[in-house]
Amino acid sequence: MAGSNPNAKPMNLTLKVWRQKNRDTAGQLVSYPVKNVSPDMSFLEMLDVLNDDLEIRNEEPIAFDHDCREGICGACSLFINGRAHGPERGTTTCQLHMRHFKDGDTITIEPWRAAAFPVHKDLVVDRSAFDRIQQAGGYISVNTGGVPDANEIPIPKTVADKAFDAATCIQCGACVAACKNASAMLFVSAKVSQLALLPQGKTERKTRVENMVAQMDIEGFGACTNTGACAAECPVGISLENINKLRREFIVAKATSENVA
Amino acid sequence: MGRKIIMSITGLFLCSFLVVHLIGNLQLFNDDGGAAFNLYSYFMANNIVIRIMEIVLLLGFLFHIYDAIVLVRKNKAARPIQYAEVRPQENSTWSSRNMGLLGTVILVFLIIHLWNFFVPARFGGLEGVVIEGAEYENLYIRVVESFQIWWYVLIYVLAMVALAYHLIHGFQSGFQTLGLDHKKYTPFIQMFGYAFSVIVCLGFAIIPLYFFFLY
Repeated sequence: MAGSNPNAKPMNLTLKVWRQKNRDTAGQLVSYPVKNVSPDMSFLEMLDVLNDDLEIRNEEPIAFDHDCREGICGACSLFINGRAHGPERGTTTCQLHMRHFKDGDTITIEPWRAAAFPVHKDLVVDRSAFDRIQQAGGYISVNTGGVPDANEIPIPKTVADKAFDAATCIQCGACVAACKNASAMLFVSAKVSQLALLPQGKTERKTRVENMVAQMDIEGFGACTNTGACAAECPVGISLENINKLRREFIVAKATSENVA
Repeated sequence: MGRKIIMSITGLFLCSFLVVHLIGNLQLFNDDGGAAFNLYSYFMANNIVIRIMEIVLLLGFLFHIYDAIVLVRKNKAARPIQYAEVRPQENSTWSSRNMGLLGTVILVFLIIHLWNFFVPARFGGLEGVVIEGAEYENLYIRVVESFQIWWYVLIYVLAMVALAYHLIHGFQSGFQTLGLDHKKYTPFIQMFGYAFSVIVCLGFAIIPLYFFFLY
């Protein structure tokens, strides 16, 4: 393999993987030995190797989500050895490399666990609850017309930076997976903050936060206990500050919006 | 989210009650055979403002406990299938994850505590004592006698340890839940909350230890 470390010794591992046929059947952890794993492989490449083996043996390969494999799309998930996206901080599973494990290790791989994220198959969960929260208000309504000049609306650099930091959320769901209450507060707060900070998003800020929080509750996510687990496990480093921003947005909206319900 | 706001407001209100309660209790250390403490407890049982605040306090406790039960049920329902392996110590503090457990320990203690002191003081069952020619109920002697019992002292001290951990997370968490977060002030709130939790709980725990070892 080009660029690989010639001194890196291949490892033999035991995987305990959650296997579940579909939404309606019960699942269980199944053990698989994996041999000759290069420390330079990513975690997903290691699973690819195992899946090749399974296919050769005419067994059903393990289903798991993945897409860009560059750490930017948010498709990959996996609860690895009790941690969302594995033992490294600030990284997605596709960017987790096997050099962080030792020869002879047993690795437990589970899907995200939340009532709002039902398991489709094996390690794939349905994260469409996030899409429905977004659809409830995570957008700005842009009217048609001429394109305004880019510098017409002044936005301080510090505000733009905060909005951008919030916008880096890739909707992977690690916050929900890591939270003891399976709360989606960090995700919702990133979306609400990003838009509420910028002039274009301010016009709809009250209905946005009310509708998104309402949808979050409908989807069955838990409440926030401020443990901070979400931010600690977030692969892109969304800050807890956003959750407090969400609360201010929510309290102000509830106190002053025109919606009486 | 509304329910968490009620948790936060009632929690911070109960923190203010702890301060008042602790300051009142300091009269136990007066070396006057309990006269000051008994007069204080007479005042607390008969003053109209205190009696109204007693109802507010009861409501504070009831809302805090009721909301905790509702939220715990909601949070449990949010994850019906548990992980086979979790390593939460890597991402959060123990007290932040065990507020319900700590709260339950405090509730059990509260019931014991009310039964032993509040119920007889408020509804009768204490001996009389004469202070400056007038007859008062002797709550002081009840305190002294209770804290001669080793397991009673142990319950109190353990409950105060639980309360300290509950407050170490709860105090600063209460401010966050209200959205009161700012990089200028939050470090102070966190530090103050930590000191508040330790000092208040230490203050309460010293009382039974004082009567057990030194009285």
